[in-house]
Amino acid sequence: MKLIKFFLFGVYFGVVLVKAEVVSWFRIQEMFYFQSVHMYGIIGSAVIVGALSVFLIRTFGIRSVEGEEIKLAAKPFNKVGNLAGGIVFGLGWALVGACPGPLYALIGAGYWSVLIALAGAFAGVVTYGYAKPHLPH
Amino acid sequence: MIDAITGPWPWWISGPLLGLMVPLLLLLANKQFGVSSSLQHICAAVLPVRKAKYFNYDWKASLWSIVLVAGVVVGAALAVLFLNGDSAPAVSSSARELFASWGLSSPEALQPAEIFGTSALSSPAVLVILIGGGFLVGFGARYANGCTSGHAIMGLSLLSVGSLVAVIGFFIGGLAMAHLILPYIVSLL
Repeated sequence: MKLIKFFLFGVYFGVVLVKAEVVSWFRIQEMFYFQSVHMYGIIGSAVIVGALSVFLIRTFGIRSVEGEEIKLAAKPFNKVGNLAGGIVFGLGWALVGACPGPLYALIGAGYWSVLIALAGAFAGVVTYGYAKPHLPH
Repeated sequence: MIDAITGPWPWWISGPLLGLMVPLLLLLANKQFGVSSSLQHICAAVLPVRKAKYFNYDWKASLWSIVLVAGVVVGAALAVLFLNGDSAPAVSSSARELFASWGLSSPEALQPAEIFGTSALSSPAVLVILIGGGFLVGFGARYANGCTSGHAIMGLSLLSVGSLVAVIGFFIGGLAMAHLILPYIVSLL
């Protein structure tokens, strides 16, 4: 039953992703050509809301609704992995015009050919999973 | 009011609404926001890949992440069905000129029909965009240990240096693709 709330968070996120137009290939190209403030404004203001939330939680020691201490841990910094993986990700983001959230959202939005892109993403993840021991991180 | 919701949302509304995923997950569920790990968990759950150490773990402990992305699919469908979600983005005039110079018709929906329409699937260039783009996104997100949500939104909110490096990588790769490679691929459509 605890999982239902995650489904609802996802529904909310899916609605906002679509209405924010960040799932649009057009918007992604416009961003990489610096032709509009739209995507930068969205990412920037989302980070401001997120950072302010983290700041308030840390400063006031706010606990979760279940009374737990909130876990706030940055991911480990892998100098090579973060940069090289990030560059590979960016190449894909600009090509298909969607990052993982939008890939899921576009299927819900009825863009059936994105199922092929999602299959490609799974192939990429499987390839990474097998290649991981041989890659520099 | 209804018009404001079904019409286009300005970035200064939709951006903060996306950022709200961070406190929602932290306060209501004590989880850090991220999407791309769901790809790993789905592979671990349904594909015969458990010989790789990367997929050999208790994915059920991360079931929440798979449930969340199932919700994303449904939420996107609701946005299209009830909130006019598939309307054409009002891109700038310079972006319109760019798309015209690539031989694409001006935006009539979220996505260009020449690439995302099912009738476009017979074009090899479209398959390169879909399969190649998807592959790079999946491989890169896991190599970088996060995507736009986990690194750009959650990671930068935590002021994480590693996430900043990943985001810089996103833009190095994205700018290289959009300016150096994509125009050639689009010319083959």
